[in-house]
Amino acid sequence: MEALWLSMKLAAWVAAILLVIGMPVAYWLAYSNWRGKFLLESLVALPLVLPPTVLGFYALVAMGPRGPLGKLWIALFGHGLAFTFSGLILASVLYSFPFAVQPLVASFEGVDRRLLDASAVLGAGSSRTFCRVILPLSLPGVVTAAVLSFAHTLGEFGVVLMVGGNLAGVTRTVSIDIYDRVQSLEYGEANRMALVLLAISFSVLCVVYAVNRRVWTPWPAK
Amino acid sequence: MAGEVKATILTARIRKERRGAGASSFILDVSIEASPGITILFGPSGAGKSTLLDSVAGLARPDEGRIVAGSDVLFDSARGIDVPAPKRRTAYVFQTLALFPHLSAEENVSYGLMDLREEERQERAEAILRAFRVEKLRKQRPAEISGGEKQRIALARSLVTEPGVLLLDEPLTGLDAELKAAIVDDLRAWNAAKGIPILYVTHSREEVDALGERVIALDNGRVVSAGAPMDVLDAPRRKKLAQAAGFENILSATVLDLRGADGVMRVRLGESACEIEVPLGYAAAGNRVQVAVRAGDILLATERPHGLSARNVMDGRIISLEQRGTTVIARVDCEVIFVVHVTPGAVRALELTAGRRVWLVLKTHSCHLVE
Repeated sequence: MEALWLSMKLAAWVAAILLVIGMPVAYWLAYSNWRGKFLLESLVALPLVLPPTVLGFYALVAMGPRGPLGKLWIALFGHGLAFTFSGLILASVLYSFPFAVQPLVASFEGVDRRLLDASAVLGAGSSRTFCRVILPLSLPGVVTAAVLSFAHTLGEFGVVLMVGGNLAGVTRTVSIDIYDRVQSLEYGEANRMALVLLAISFSVLCVVYAVNRRVWTPWPAK
Repeated sequence: MAGEVKATILTARIRKERRGAGASSFILDVSIEASPGITILFGPSGAGKSTLLDSVAGLARPDEGRIVAGSDVLFDSARGIDVPAPKRRTAYVFQTLALFPHLSAEENVSYGLMDLREEERQERAEAILRAFRVEKLRKQRPAEISGGEKQRIALARSLVTEPGVLLLDEPLTGLDAELKAAIVDDLRAWNAAKGIPILYVTHSREEVDALGERVIALDNGRVVSAGAPMDVLDAPRRKKLAQAAGFENILSATVLDLRGADGVMRVRLGESACEIEVPLGYAAAGNRVQVAVRAGDILLATERPHGLSARNVMDGRIISLEQRGTTVIARVDCEVIFVVHVTPGAVRALELTAGRRVWLVLKTHSCHLVE
């Protein structure tokens, strides 16, 4: 159960961080007219196609004592980043990035441009327009982004294994734990954990699809 | 920019190029002036009306030009001035209205009053909702409000900020004439005290007649004429404008000869033998011209008429009669097809039927040359 709790904690951190850094990135992707925008779009989508081991490998190298991130971390906090919970969060943020950014971009783009024009003409600057118009109208996208990045982090395996290793209570997440138990032929335990994960994943997807059908929204359907 | 002197006259000189493949590139190149009160921007769709409004509001950036509202310079490419949209004090009612769907009518209206104290904000929102007779809908969201009332709320929202200029992009489309007139009356009443220039975009001839003020006609990115509605729309000089202004017959013709002393010229319609007299225009014998004639300006007779001042009498046959509302649309074949409007009473009295021989009578000055 310790592993499940750890996974939940990791997923919650990652979802929260991704909402904060995903919003400005998604905003830029949705509204920029820069011709080279596809470069950032491709970069954001990269974790979707990259094998987790590749991402994990580079993350590990960067976080190692001789990597740039590792050096920075040691200078700031006096200890390394690899095989720590913080390191795990960092790698997971990278890995789940598209799952947060893409729903946000889609919902920002879905907001009628004329509403943004109306807001500007009424004297609102871009930050007020974002808070009062774009964000409330993108609420389903925000919920989807949070839920998907939470669920995706919960189920990750390769990246965790590469960056976190398998330290009980620190980096041994539920998917690693299941793998361990199968390796040591504890099928009953593995099944129990797997079922819990299955149930969580299913309910999370139910939330996402329910929201996207606009089963509930704070305003009446069009 | 909030100036000390109230904005009273809007002048805009705008040049904006929209690049696109082939026919989709378009150049807006206009110079307009609007004094306090309603100035109508009239023209077919694609004439550049919305781009013009967007430029004044600061939502589109002209390639070059100068836009001044009263004493406030909003845009001046030569001096590098481009006041951002939120600071221009222009109010804009979009064709789609763009009411915020997640906010109530009152929240929509007070959206532009963010700098005021809560009580004052509420007071002003309530006052303007009352002025536009929608105070009962304060708590409703746009989805729960009917078309005409939404238009009133959109107007209230844009005017509550005490703008220096009001831009209206076909704000009353889809409303019946009575409702339109009522809303325009409320708008006029509001502006009687404020005296700001209002640019009112429409492509409906009916609306121009109802508003009855200064008209600027745009076509293909240019101002083609400006003045009183009668002068601008009853003598359209361009084909698309003529179509928009309700000229049902636009015929191509060849100039036969000019009669300078009479102020007329004879033209042959299409490839037919049908010749008519039209007002003298800048043309030479052999030139191709377009002649626009309103369907309502053509007389229809069942016998060859005599003793008329009208110079153009053509005989032909009715191809079809189609009643639309209180008008019957007759299509008459005089080698070229004319559309003629008659009343249902005339159809009965003259026993008009398809196939019947008729004569069309056309005054010279009902024929307009268009480009």
